[in-house]
Amino acid sequence: MILLKLFFAFIQVGLFSVGGGYAAIPLIQDQIVNIHGLMTIEEFSDLITVAEMTPGPISINSSTFVGMRLAGVGGVLLCTLGCILPSFCICLTLAHFYYKYRTVGGVQTVLAALRPAVVALIASAGLSILMLGLFQSDLFSASIENLRFVELGLFAVSLVLLRKFKTNPIAIILGSGVAGTLIYTLIVI
Amino acid sequence: MNERRNKLWTLFKSMFMLSACTFGGGFVIVSLMKKKYVEELKWLEEDEMLDVTAITQSAPGPLPVNASVIIGYRMAGIVGSVVAVLGTILLPMIIISVISLFYNQFRTNKYVAVALQVMRAGVAAVIFDVVINLAKNVCKTKRVLYILMMIVAFICTCLLKVSAMLVIITCLIIGITDLLLETRKKTPH
Repeated sequence: MILLKLFFAFIQVGLFSVGGGYAAIPLIQDQIVNIHGLMTIEEFSDLITVAEMTPGPISINSSTFVGMRLAGVGGVLLCTLGCILPSFCICLTLAHFYYKYRTVGGVQTVLAALRPAVVALIASAGLSILMLGLFQSDLFSASIENLRFVELGLFAVSLVLLRKFKTNPIAIILGSGVAGTLIYTLIVI
Repeated sequence: MNERRNKLWTLFKSMFMLSACTFGGGFVIVSLMKKKYVEELKWLEEDEMLDVTAITQSAPGPLPVNASVIIGYRMAGIVGSVVAVLGTILLPMIIISVISLFYNQFRTNKYVAVALQVMRAGVAAVIFDVVINLAKNVCKTKRVLYILMMIVAFICTCLLKVSAMLVIITCLIIGITDLLLETRKKTPH
């Protein structure tokens, strides 16, 4: 019974989480903590921490975590399936129409107007991650005393490697993690 | 047949690798996908990648999963979508399942915290690299409207905290208006 309940709860989460992973968190909280009372709010906040700390989409991470804690491997599979099923169907439909009509002149004009916006959205996401990395705060509360020089150095080196030497981005992300951790453990701490 | 199997395997493998590196939200994976599928494998055109991003942002559900559905569909139809989504969610599911069993140790581990903090520098560098290239191409269109839209959209999302969804809808309306004006110009009175 709990499996079915979880499956339908996460279908609703998947269907209504418009606008990225963080939009899913209040929806999961509503379903799991408030409506079904399957978790306490403390357990739920641990879930968010872990979901943010590990790679992968936040909503997949949270549905896996909830599924595992409440119903083991079966729970993981059903929660995750529920979470992605609505968007899978919707995106498949959108993809079908996009590839059918994208070469039509009028559609081209409309799509071209969306591209500058997407570039801006990616840029904003990049800036907020940079702020978190350099100041451990957002753009508005950043102050120069809190500037973290190790992260600034890593950012500069990474950017040069990417632009001048076309280094693989995955190597950059993992490399900055390893290099930074070594610097902090050996020198700073 | 063999070629198709190779393509599906590459699709799965690349989604798996990219998903393993998405610390910090959906736009990280978009930057990584652009590098992988546009620059390295040359499966997609740059404009197409931006269109796919706009579509994934407008549909409900996790952005990386949505993007995998569309890219998978483009490369190998519905089977491609399923394979790409599996690649994206498999590793996060395994990692979270394991961590959920002993999450207290993980959450309070000093090295994990440092590694996650410093990795942001590398992630930000990857996003900046991609954004520089994309912004250059928007400027190359030499359309003042697009350049202006990009700047305004950046200010709106970054400083005024306007939601991504609203920015995309607004640009969609601008695109449709642009199309209507264009058609009217062409039809003689």
